[in-house]
Amino acid sequence: MAMELALHVVVLLTAPLLLLGVIQKTKAWFAGRSGPPLLQPYFDFWKLLHKGAVYSRTTTWLFRAGPIVGVATALCAGLVLPLIGARSPLGFSGDIILFAYLLGLGRFFAMSAALDTGSSFEGMGASREAAFSAFAEPALLLCLAILCVPARSVGFADAFAALRSAPPGFSHPTYLAAALGLFAVLLAENSRIPVDDPNTHLELTMIHEVMVLDHGGPDLAFVLYGSAMKLFVVGALLVHVILPPPLEGGWEGAGVLVGGQLGLAIGVGCVESMMARLRLPRVPQFLVGASVLAGVGLAALLYRGTA
Amino acid sequence: MLGTILVAIALLTLSALVAALLTRFDRASLALGTAGSVAACLLGAVATLLALLGGERSAFRGTWSLPLGEPHLALDALSAFFLLCIFVVSGLAAVYARGYLTAYLGRRRLGPAVALFNLLVASMALVVVARDGILFLIAWEIMSFASFFLVTFENDQDEVRRAGMTYLIASQLGAVFLFLLFVLLGRSSGSYDFDRFAAAGGLANTCFVLAVVGFGAKAGFWPFHIWLPEAHSAAPSHVSALMSGVMIKLGIYGLLRTLTFLGPPDAWWSTVLLFVGALSGLAGIVHALAQRDLKRRLAYSSVENMGLIALGVGLGLLGQSRGDALVSFFGYCGALLHVLNHGLMKGLLFHGAGSVIHATGTRSIDSLGGLYRRMPTTASCFLVGSIAICGLPPLNGFAGEWLIYVGAFRGAASFSTAGAVPALAAIPVLGLIGGLAAACFVGAFGLVFLGEPRRKEVRPPHEASLAMRITMRGGALVCIAIGLWPKGALRLVVPALAVLGQSLVPPPDAATPLLAISRLAFVLVLLIVVLALLRSAFLRKREVIPGETWGCGYAAPVARIQYTANSFAQPLLAPFAPVLHVRIDEDGPSGYFPKAARYEEHIGDVAGERFLIPGTRRVLRGLSRLRVIQQGRIQLYVVYIVATLVALLVFELMGAGR
Repeated sequence: MAMELALHVVVLLTAPLLLLGVIQKTKAWFAGRSGPPLLQPYFDFWKLLHKGAVYSRTTTWLFRAGPIVGVATALCAGLVLPLIGARSPLGFSGDIILFAYLLGLGRFFAMSAALDTGSSFEGMGASREAAFSAFAEPALLLCLAILCVPARSVGFADAFAALRSAPPGFSHPTYLAAALGLFAVLLAENSRIPVDDPNTHLELTMIHEVMVLDHGGPDLAFVLYGSAMKLFVVGALLVHVILPPPLEGGWEGAGVLVGGQLGLAIGVGCVESMMARLRLPRVPQFLVGASVLAGVGLAALLYRGTA
Repeated sequence: MLGTILVAIALLTLSALVAALLTRFDRASLALGTAGSVAACLLGAVATLLALLGGERSAFRGTWSLPLGEPHLALDALSAFFLLCIFVVSGLAAVYARGYLTAYLGRRRLGPAVALFNLLVASMALVVVARDGILFLIAWEIMSFASFFLVTFENDQDEVRRAGMTYLIASQLGAVFLFLLFVLLGRSSGSYDFDRFAAAGGLANTCFVLAVVGFGAKAGFWPFHIWLPEAHSAAPSHVSALMSGVMIKLGIYGLLRTLTFLGPPDAWWSTVLLFVGALSGLAGIVHALAQRDLKRRLAYSSVENMGLIALGVGLGLLGQSRGDALVSFFGYCGALLHVLNHGLMKGLLFHGAGSVIHATGTRSIDSLGGLYRRMPTTASCFLVGSIAICGLPPLNGFAGEWLIYVGAFRGAASFSTAGAVPALAAIPVLGLIGGLAAACFVGAFGLVFLGEPRRKEVRPPHEASLAMRITMRGGALVCIAIGLWPKGALRLVVPALAVLGQSLVPPPDAATPLLAISRLAFVLVLLIVVLALLRSAFLRKREVIPGETWGCGYAAPVARIQYTANSFAQPLLAPFAPVLHVRIDEDGPSGYFPKAARYEEHIGDVAGERFLIPGTRRVLRGLSRLRVIQQGRIQLYVVYIVATLVALLVFELMGAGR
């Protein structure tokens, strides 16, 4: 047990940046380039940690707190979610709601840090982040409700146990709806195409990237790490909806998780290579669509319950 | 303990009297009034805390008689819980008022303001211990009038007088429904004593509707909330804190108390409350986002939070009507805990807003900015309140919302379709409210306290006075304490469940997950500290340079180009535009050499501008036909009197003949 929890923490701390590398590699492959090395995000992280920093005179401690709280909340969310086995270090019955709200806390501080600079561009980013995350929230909660209803519980451990005993992943349309809804939420929460473009060069069109324009050095390293961690944690949730973690975690569980996450990262890379970004007024529609999808999934679940 | 509470109420009334008599001596009345209310609140808070934890119940019946019955007072767990909220929030507000009103010394008579404040607190305490209809309504009306006069403190301003009138009319209209409710209950049980009130069947349904409308008008449920933003933004900040923090919660108290008379709830009651809660929550927070006036924004957010409480009560009723103790435990506990939490954090936020207004002289978010460096205490306390009111961990708001969420998830999972659908519908609504609240309060905090001042300041703003800082620090500390140890706060709430229904005794392990929340809060804080230390370790040997904000290559940035409240909310409000009442008055740039341009946007309240105001106009037009009987001639009025007397005589004679 202790071994499994230790593995959980180690995977959580080390694996996230790899996902960014895989996404970049996939996009490079689509574009016919060889692309940066797979471990480039780790090199970037290391480089940034050893730089100095410039702080605007306008800023307060909130500007410095933003990246730190971002990492801490994503890490806590990862400690709550069972990653490789049936249990997680800090899980409890009711942790599903905490999971959603921990991500919200990280966002609160990221937006405050952006507003702290007094830059209109960063204000713009914060405003868009606030809007899109508000629309993503019902979709996320409906997807989580799909996990909870069959399990009759509000805890991840019970929800995954119910999934494990249910027929595997795609055999039931409800879980398909949950998986698709979660994929849309994952793209929105982690600022990927079609909601946001992580590689854009124009401040006016950016969301997440423009919010961190003023961060540099170790702060930017934390921002990078925190957003990778968030991608990893939400990704792990999606992977587990399709492939629930095995009862006896260990290396098998780690294999399932890492394999699923790599597949997911390649999927995100494919989406980014094949789609354009949505116009900003379209993004709420995309997210409401995800909510509707999850709502239909729930209706199917209730109908099955009565039939 | 009831005796101690009566002493506290007497002390409040006495100090109100003293303050009123000392009108000529502003300083003395302020000092004595504050001393009286602080002492009474301390005494009352300690007594109610002991009563709550000791599980004490006591009652008092007067030997003298009021019309229609003898005065009956009693203390049970539900009363004690609300008393605790009243005394804690009022105590903090009284200390704050000491600092806040000092600025008015010599400009305004403070005696009446202090006296009415104490009277308001006393009447609120009396409302929750009253156990007969007449006494309850008397206390309720004293509360309404005292708060009306407090709202119109700055009555030389036009908008304040208008807000006061709106409030007075709304509260009296609400009271009409309450009179009806108590008359119906009193007639069917033959007494106005709460202990004898009972209703069932059709009467219970009627009473439920009357209670939702009558108490909902005080609680600020949509669409009866229309007075709330007006009154709260017009009132002095400590009064706003008191009204938003506890007075509107007495609407919830009244509703819960009425439910205890009505026997086992019908299934549709919960649907009504869930619907009202969802509507108030969403409409409240969307309108809050649209406000540029800081206090109006806070007031609309109160509508949202009353919606959350209604959702919790609705889930409690849903569980009760379907015989699921766990769902109703989470619903009611969530609602009650949120009553306490919202009182604390909304008090804190209004006090913070008051300090900002004090320091800068404006309530408009668009002319503020960069206040963090000038008023660090106010800013950090406002930050705590903002995080708490968004329901984010690890602060107290999360604990209450978590309970409501768990109730909704459990209801969705364990009921059959008819019960599961309302519970399920609550989940995305709660999520959307949470997301919008985060946007609303990141905006409120970030635009006011961060960045650069948006207008040139006439004089540099100053930090709040000592009394005001103490209040805000105290409120923030209680918010943090409940957030870190929600299980402790739940102990104050659970005894009240027994009052709401005998079958609601919680399963012993239902609240254990709250301990896990505490554990996680500590882990989170620990992680943040470790990461902060790591960051400073990395930066120790490096160069850290102060500079300018990166302007994206723009050479001449000015503070005015910062995002404003309007622009911040635009992407969120655009999809909601059809349900907002937006009027745009625009004179845009035109031609090859455009001169001055103008853009004005007014966002009104849909409930007011689409329903209530046209509805009221129509009623008035209908009633104006009756004006023909009002001629102003004495002779005609004498004829009316004679006609009435003759009609009564005929009526009486026919009755005697039968």
